Amino acid sequence: MKWVGMAAVFAAACLAAAGCSRRSEDAGGQGRYITVKGSDTMIQLVSAWAEAFMKVNPGIEVSTTGGGSGTGIAALINGTTDIAAASREIKDDEMKFAAEKAVHPVETTVARDGIAVIVNPQNPVNGLTIEQIRKIYVGQTTNWRQVGGPDEPITVLSRESSSGTYVFFQDHVLGRQDYSPKVRLMPATATIVQSVEDDRWAIGYVGLGYAVEAGGRVKPLEVKANESAPAVTPSEATVRSGEYPIARPLYVYTNGQPTGAVKQFVDFATGSEGQRIVRETGYVPLQ
Amino acid sequence: MSLSSEAALPLSIPAHRGARQEKVIRLLFMSAASTSVIVVALIFLFLFREAGPFALHPGLQELLGARWMPVSFQRSTYGIYPLVTGSLLVTTLATVIAVPFGVLGAAYLAEIATAAEREILKPFIELLAGIPSVVIGFFGLVVLAPRVKALFGLPSGLTALTGALLLALMAIPTIMTISEDAIRSVPGSYRQASLALGAGMLQTTWKVVVPAALPGIIASIMLGMGRVIGETMAVMMVTGNAAVITLSPFQSVRTMTATVAAEMGEVAFGSDHYRALFWVGIVLLLMTFGINLVARRVLRQYRAG
Repeated sequence: MKWVGMAAVFAAACLAAAGCSRRSEDAGGQGRYITVKGSDTMIQLVSAWAEAFMKVNPGIEVSTTGGGSGTGIAALINGTTDIAAASREIKDDEMKFAAEKAVHPVETTVARDGIAVIVNPQNPVNGLTIEQIRKIYVGQTTNWRQVGGPDEPITVLSRESSSGTYVFFQDHVLGRQDYSPKVRLMPATATIVQSVEDDRWAIGYVGLGYAVEAGGRVKPLEVKANESAPAVTPSEATVRSGEYPIARPLYVYTNGQPTGAVKQFVDFATGSEGQRIVRETGYVPLQ
Repeated sequence: MSLSSEAALPLSIPAHRGARQEKVIRLLFMSAASTSVIVVALIFLFLFREAGPFALHPGLQELLGARWMPVSFQRSTYGIYPLVTGSLLVTTLATVIAVPFGVLGAAYLAEIATAAEREILKPFIELLAGIPSVVIGFFGLVVLAPRVKALFGLPSGLTALTGALLLALMAIPTIMTISEDAIRSVPGSYRQASLALGAGMLQTTWKVVVPAALPGIIASIMLGMGRVIGETMAVMMVTGNAAVITLSPFQSVRTMTATVAAEMGEVAFGSDHYRALFWVGIVLLLMTFGINLVARRVLRQYRAG
């Protein structure tokens, strides 16, 4: 039954609190074992970094886990991870909780990511404006006819609210308005891709890396920043140049300025080898 | 204890030592047996401790709202009404689907099937009970959802009905095995009397044996419902998780379990959202607790009667 699961969460929280003091010693930089936790969007990227990093630095062990940007930041605040990976900026109330626990999150931008708005390849609609996407997600537009498509109801798909992508999309595309309650919230990016592939009249959003990987199974839409702006296809070039309007930086957070092994890892990620991996895994390098 | 002393009879141990050993061992066994009691008590304690402050701020009336919108730049709302109706809709549908299969299957297994048939059927029913729910969920997403969509001509296959079908799949083994036990324990004299009065085999099964086992069958259904309402992964994957209040099986719904599972990972510890999720957990716990209590009561009455 489900409260067993909840008990596990509690048990983990208790252990986290108990492990706190030990971890803070490690964070000083003498530790040869570092943990990275957070964004599911970034998990592939961080794992690839960790693997390459450990090859170059055989003495240091890096362990990576996902769970969502909020999970990672919460872990950083609770002292259970050295590095939090986040696909959104830290929120004000999280900064407040961090201050209460004497943790000082420091932000480092490590890569960029574009959010592709995807539809079924059989959908004749090829592009939308930000305003049209906003209206679809807040529930004002419910039929493809209203945006130049056939007379079919739109099935709107989103990530769960635990996703950094959900919050980013709400902030940058929905103009901070609430999602319509009728939006279907999917537990993972892969289930959005799967559902859009199965459903001719669905719309969803996923990280650029996922859209590229899905290939012809889904169709990324061209996006116009406004009525008069040019339609831009999401790609590495358009994200980096800033032409594609739904793009975001990806961050890592550390407690204080990174030192020791943690600093080595962050430097590796932002260095030339790390940025080469960024491109390989489908994200957009900083330079 | 060495091997030689293990082989020795308990009687050969001096009396005072034996008594002490007995006590220690008794304590050991008792603590093993009472672990679950302690764990349940601790869970209750933790749940209420984490959920508690929400009652002071922003207040329990927040939970009674009709809108669950915990992540918002405008105003976060924590109305659990759509989540409760979502869970109830999926559970009711799943029960309605699972009961005919479960009860008819149990009657067949207990009364009609030959020994050879039972040998084949039983392991498969147990196998069904053992399939991890995430596997069932994946099957639902890839296989069932597109078919439900095509069959009913829906815009999307991610509906309450799809979730209910998967949950029925999980409830059937529970209902079938416990119902079978109940039917099997109906005294043979009932059958003999019915047959002696000229009733056929099917008539006897359906009109005499199954009604006699009814309390046990009802208990099995309740236990099946308890399993269904607490199930998370499979429903989260196929119901679409839109927090709307609806009675239509063709709409997307968001269950309480899916909400807790999906949102607990992100939520900032100690925030209103975090505490609201614990209230969802408490409501869910009380509901499963209630269902289990009723099921036990029915079962006990039946066993006593």
